[in-house]
Parts: sequence; structure tokens; C-alpha cells
Amino acid sequence: MQVIACIKQVPDTTQVQIDPKTNTLVRDGIPFIVNPYDTHALEECLRLKDRYGFKVTAVSMGPPNAEAALRKALSLGADRAVLVSDRVFGGADTLATSNVLTAAIRKLAEEDEVGIVFCGKQTIDGDTAQVGPGIATRMELEQLTLVDRIVELDVEAKKLIVRRKLEGRYETVQTVLPAMITVVREINRPRYPTVPMRLRSKEAQVEMWNNEVLQLDVNKIGLKGSPTWVSKIFSPQRDKGEMIGTGINDPKQVASLLLDKMVAKDIITV
Amino acid sequence: MVNIPFIILFAVSMGFFAYSLTKKIGLVRQGRPLNRTDRGGIRTAATLINAIFQKSVIRGSFGFNHALLFWSFLVLLLANGEFLLHGLIPRAAFIMLPAPVHHWLKLIFDIVSVLVLIAVIAAALRKLFHPLYKESRTAEAFIILGVIGALMLAYFGLTAFEIMMGWVPWQYAPFSALFSYVYIGLTPDGVHKLAVFFWWSHAVLLLGFINFLPYSKHMHILTAIPNVFFKLLDKPAIPQRENFESVKVLGAEKYQDLTWKDLLDSLTCTECGRCQVNCPATLTGKPLNPRTLIHKIKENMNAGETALVGEGEHQISKDAVWSCVTCGACMEVCPVFIEHAPKIIKMRRNMVQMNSDFPEELLNLFENMEQRSNPWGIAPSERTKVFSSVKAKDFNPEETEYLFFVGCAGAFDSRSKQITLAVAMLMDEAKVTWGTLGKDELCCGDSLRRLGNEYVFEQMALKNVEMFKARGVKKIVTQCPHCFTTLKNDYKQYGLEVEVIHHAQLLDELVRDGRLKVNNNHKKSVMTYHDSCYLGRHNGVYEQPRNIIKAITGKAPVEMERTKDTAFCCGAGGGRMWMEENMGERINVNRAQQALDTNAGTLCTACPYCMTMMSDGMKDLNTKSIFVKDVAEVLAEAVLL
Repeated sequence: MQVIACIKQVPDTTQVQIDPKTNTLVRDGIPFIVNPYDTHALEECLRLKDRYGFKVTAVSMGPPNAEAALRKALSLGADRAVLVSDRVFGGADTLATSNVLTAAIRKLAEEDEVGIVFCGKQTIDGDTAQVGPGIATRMELEQLTLVDRIVELDVEAKKLIVRRKLEGRYETVQTVLPAMITVVREINRPRYPTVPMRLRSKEAQVEMWNNEVLQLDVNKIGLKGSPTWVSKIFSPQRDKGEMIGTGINDPKQVASLLLDKMVAKDIITV
Repeated sequence: MVNIPFIILFAVSMGFFAYSLTKKIGLVRQGRPLNRTDRGGIRTAATLINAIFQKSVIRGSFGFNHALLFWSFLVLLLANGEFLLHGLIPRAAFIMLPAPVHHWLKLIFDIVSVLVLIAVIAAALRKLFHPLYKESRTAEAFIILGVIGALMLAYFGLTAFEIMMGWVPWQYAPFSALFSYVYIGLTPDGVHKLAVFFWWSHAVLLLGFINFLPYSKHMHILTAIPNVFFKLLDKPAIPQRENFESVKVLGAEKYQDLTWKDLLDSLTCTECGRCQVNCPATLTGKPLNPRTLIHKIKENMNAGETALVGEGEHQISKDAVWSCVTCGACMEVCPVFIEHAPKIIKMRRNMVQMNSDFPEELLNLFENMEQRSNPWGIAPSERTKVFSSVKAKDFNPEETEYLFFVGCAGAFDSRSKQITLAVAMLMDEAKVTWGTLGKDELCCGDSLRRLGNEYVFEQMALKNVEMFKARGVKKIVTQCPHCFTTLKNDYKQYGLEVEVIHHAQLLDELVRDGRLKVNNNHKKSVMTYHDSCYLGRHNGVYEQPRNIIKAITGKAPVEMERTKDTAFCCGAGGGRMWMEENMGERINVNRAQQALDTNAGTLCTACPYCMTMMSDGMKDLNTKSIFVKDVAEVLAEAVLL
């Protein structure tokens, strides 16, 4: 059985700025990182590998330079890395992306049964949280989002119990394999690659699949297959804060002013 | 008359001694290669000064007593050589020499033997009543002292017999002559028997002592002199680069992964304890003790263990490995120049690189360093924001003399940014031209290297060296001693040979040359100075920051008890800046208290880490009686205000 980690290479958004004239992201010289939530998805796959001996395959759709993200996955212990990359995939929204990734995962499943597909809960650049559920829908997988703990996994009985971290509460749900899980950061602490693994991953092969391999209808992929497109990006104007109180001379007074303010703005209730 | 029993005893002893020695040499040879035979002249000189003339021994506690013993032993080598030779070949003896030579030799031996006896008694008394550390009162230590004392007594007994036989005039062996009272009242046969007893006692003790050496801390009698010869000549002590291409095990997993010199160090340690009484980790109750660290490497090697780090009896605990601040105090005071810190870094390298085994709070640091080239993970584009009130040019070799390497703390840490501005304004005031690399500046990688993440450090070092070369950098001034030492020393291993100075050096020079004029603002201030380990001990910059204080206050800084080469670390070196300190007392609070004890009004630092640690320490002590400021800031107050 194999588990799949879907990972995306994203610009390091803490360093991204928006060009005020063109309203587009200034990406020049901005380093790319692996989407932080996806590192937790991969880590969970690796933990299942350590425990059950599953094969871990990392899959990404993106431009050729996204190979770096997959190489990082290999350095952390993924057994196989597939980069789905083709100009015709470009400009995809979440629907077209999940179409392509679904096709890639189906193809992987032909070789080895896929037990669980892991995704991060969302990416830090698009923030839609739609691609994971999109894959689940198209692959007809059980859909478990916002998972912060795998409570039980019984491979024989194909039973899976997970805990979902929702706002203000947890929800424990049971389902059957195969399933798609999106993870939150709390699920684990990603490992750090050892140097021998890094060196090995340098030599390792990242498979490149284009549309000749996947044979998808061009109307379902890329720009053509994308019903949504971004019409505008802008930085919201932030209201400047105000100085209240008299500083360190009277901390008590400052604290009570702050409390009043928060109550007034309905941030807290007394 | 041939002494058959002695010849047998001698042969067996020497055979066993040779066997022991071969075995130890075999162990040392298992270490990794390292070139320590270059610059023979300097090595010979260092050996003469420190081993033969005992400089490094005498400077420490009770050192003169050891020097006395050592020099006496050198003289007595002659006497004992004669003793053994005479035992083997009865005709070969000093008595065959011309009488004056023989007599004078006897006189020298007599005096020296008394000195040894006094030194041995002094050593035993010190060990009993005022040892450097309590655990040094081992049976072994007292037995060895006892054996040496007994050897001297046996010698007196023998020489007394020679006097009685008329072979030596009593005036040439006055102390032995006094000892002849032991023969009083004996029959001629009894006298002879007692003399024979002294002779055999001397023989057995001497040969026994020689054979005991390789199995005790007194091995240093054999290894200390070579260990001084092979000592590290270029400070600071940094382990070599890793060979990522061909070496299978990175860092030190087993004792064989250390260098032969590291292993020789372990056989040379005398367990004197000078390291541990200067170690900030030991003194604040951390699980690290530099003496036991070295001792455990020896035991680990003797026991043929398969891992250096672990919880076994002959293993070094992980907590000990992570407790080191790499301040170098242990190495500074070690009389035989043992290099402790590089061994710890090699163990860290193994843990981090082979097993990703490190305290969890370091994960963020490692990721931030690799992704954003600074410890906090702040966007590199923010680097230039520090220069809002002061204009910074881009470095350009034609227009700017110095590359001002601001450093991560200098660019991102709000307190250290003020120091950056002080340095910049002072350089402008003195018409020194300087430029920065702006947002292209990368972290030097100091913390990564001290924490053993050599792989990522190497990538950063290579990038930096390439950038410095591409931009034609010839002179660098840094705001931080960690950048300073890394650029200056570590990067030599990557082919960078440029002039690197710390701002304290530059500012001292500018004051001395009159390019910065000092006013009276600080004339009444009383300041103390906290040495940064990587500025002071590792790079010998002790005086320049003190000169600055002297220039502005008109007097030398008041010194803390632990100062200059035995200064106490702030607790943030060796990557400890980024780690929790949850064992023992806090090092920074300890040091802050030492500064308070001087009653100075200002504590001067010259390092952003020291600044953070000392400011926090003062907060912990809940005191407002002392300012913590960088030397650049106090200078700026006396030049610009």
C-alpha cells in the first residue's frame, strides 16, 4: 500500500510584496518554500511509513523548478517523487488542479494501491483549501479535513478514525479506506533531513509527468479548465493604531484602558 | 656479581611497559588524520616554554609546585637511569666517574630529592585541605604521591648506606646523612639487610611506577610533552570542514571519528580541574564538565565503546553535549592545551547531521537559517530598514573602504539596531567610508557551525565567500564578534583571506588617531567591561574595548573577578542563544551579578548576544542601578552628543 503526500511549492509569502501599480505579486528574487501545511502532510505519511511500512509518494503539480520541493520530500524520506508539469497545466484554478492531481494519483494507484492521500489544509499563497477536497471528490475518497490526529488505523479492516480540529471543538470521525486527509499544523512536528538523506536525494530521480503521460482533455486542465480566475490582488489598507495611556509610568492604567477598548470593540466580553 | 633477579624483574617490567605503551599508541592511531607537524620551530619553542619551562602550568593554581616536581624529575632521571643501569651492569655506576663529578652529582640529587619530598607533601596537604575540586581526592592520587615520596625515602636510605661505606663524603649528601639514623643500633648484617631492602624497594617502586603510568592519569608524564608539541597553533579552535563527498560518518559517532590528537588529549588529561572551575556550564550546574568529558573519551576508547554519546558509564550525555557555550575558557586554562570545544562540536555534528537529533527548539532556527538566512526567519528585504536615520551606501570597492557587515542581530534585533547606528554614525563622524551589502547580506552561519549543522553552514559560507570575492571586498568591519570570528577565521577554510575587524578595534584606532574627539560626557562614569568570548579569548581582542572606555572615562574600567582570558561567558555562545536553559542556574544572571558586584554604573558589552543576555540578566535581578551598553554606544555618547 502507498500513501500520497500532495505538496506545493509556494513563494515565501512573508517576503512577497504586491506591486501597487499592477496589483500583481512581485515574485522577483523571492525564494520558494514547500507550503508549510504540506510539510505536515508529508511528515504524517513518513510516520505511517515508519509504523506500517507504507510506500510514500510525493506528488506536486507546478513549473519545472518545483522539483526542489520534491527533492526536499525525498531528502525527508519519501520513496518516490512525481512532478506533474506541463505548459498546458498552467493557469489552473483549484478545479483544474484537482483534475490533474487526480489523474496523477489514479495512475500511481495502477501500480500500487493508494490507501490515503494527504494534503495540507490549505496553501499559504492561494489559501482556498479546495484542492484536497477536490481530489477526494473526483477520486471518490472519504474526505477528512482539518485532521490533527490519526486516532486509529486498521489496514486489514480498512478502518480509519481521526480527530478533526474545528473551531472551538474537536470531532472524532470514523471512516473506511481509501481516504483523503487534509492536516493542520498541530498533527505533528516535521522531521529535519539528515545529511546522508539530503545527499542521496540530490542523486535521486524526480519523475516528470506531462500531459502526454496523463492524457487529459485540454478543456479540463489549465486556463481552459478553470472557471475561476483572479481579477485583482491588492493589499488592504491598514488603519494605523493609536497610542493610549501614559506608557510604562502607569501600567495599571494602560491595562485598564486596553481592557475598556477591547470590550468596546467587542473583542472580549466581561 | 650479576643481579639475576633484578635483570628478570627489569626485563618483565620493560616488556609489560612496552606492551602497555604499544596498546595506547595503537588506540591513538585509530583516530582520524590531522596535520600537526607543520612549523616545527614554533612547536619546539612552544614545547620548551610550556612543557620544559612549565609556563602554562605555573600560571594556574598550585602550578609552581608541579614545576618543582617536574624539574626535579628531570634531574632525577639521571639518578634513576644510573640506578637501573647499575642494577643491570654492576660495574656501571657514578662512582666510576671522577670523584668531584660524582660528589657534585650526589649533592644535586640529595637537594632535589628533598625538594621532591617537600613538593609531594605540599601536594598531599593541598589535596586534603584545599583541593581545586573535591572529587580529586582519589586513592590513586594519594597512592602516586605516596609512591613518589617512598622513592625519595628509599633513595635517602641507600645514599646513607653509601655514606656509611665511605663511598660518598657526608658533606655531599647532607640530607641522606641525616637519614642514616635509621641504621643506628643495627648489627653490620642488619645494616646490610636494611640497605638491600632500600635498594629493592627503590627498584620495585620505580619499575612499578613506570608500569602504572599508562593506566592512570599519570600517563601525562609520557604524553604531556608531545601533546604540547602537537598543540593547536592557530586560535580559535575550529574543527576542520567535513568531507561530504567521501566520508560516510559525519562528525564523531565513535571515538575513532575523533582525530588522533583528540585521543592523545584524552590520554594527556591530568584531571587537574582547572577547566571545570572556569567552565560557565559546570559552574551553573549544567551536566557538562570539561574534565569528565575528556576523561570519558579516554574511558570510552579504553572500553572500545561503539558510541561516544549516550547514557552509558563511559559515554557523554546528550545534555552535556548541548550544554557547551564554546566559550573556550577550558581550553584557555588547560596546562597541556587540550581542545575541548572542537570535540563537542564534532559530536554535535554527528547528532545533527546523521540523526537529526537536536533539542527541538533548534528546528525553527535551522529552517529559518536555511530559508531566510537569519535566525529569526525575518524576510531578508527587511535587512535595510535599520538604516532609516543614517544613510548607508551600497558597498563598492572604489568608493567605500570598509564593508560594514551589519549581521543578523544588527539588522533585526531592536536593541542591537541601536548599536549598528552608533557604529555607523561614528564611522561617518571619523570620515571612514563604508558600505553595506543591503538586503543581499546573508547570515554568517556562526550558530549553525557551533551547533554542528555543518552542511547548511557550508552552503552559507560558500555563498558568502563567493559574494565577498565578486564584490571585491578587502576590508570588513563587523558589529558582532560572532560574524567577526566566522568571517575572519572559519571562512579561511573556504579560501577567504581579507582583513576582518570588529567595531571595537576600528573605533579604538579612530580614537587613538584623533579622528574621533572625545568630550567630557562620560568623565565621571564608572564602567565595567564584559568580554565577549569570541572577541577576547578566541581572538585576543581584550584591550581595544578597554581603551575606548579609558578614553571616555579617563580611567581603566573596573574589572569583574572573572575577566579577560578567564572571563565568564554570557551564556549565548555556541548556539545556546537559541536554546532553552532549563538546567541549573542561569549563566546570564550569574554574570550579571558579577557585573553588579563591581558597583559600576555602566556594563559595557561588545556583542549583540552579550547585550541580550546581560540586559535580560539585569531584568531578572530586578535592578536598575546599572546601564548595559555597547562600547560603541558609550563612545557615541562621548563623541556625538
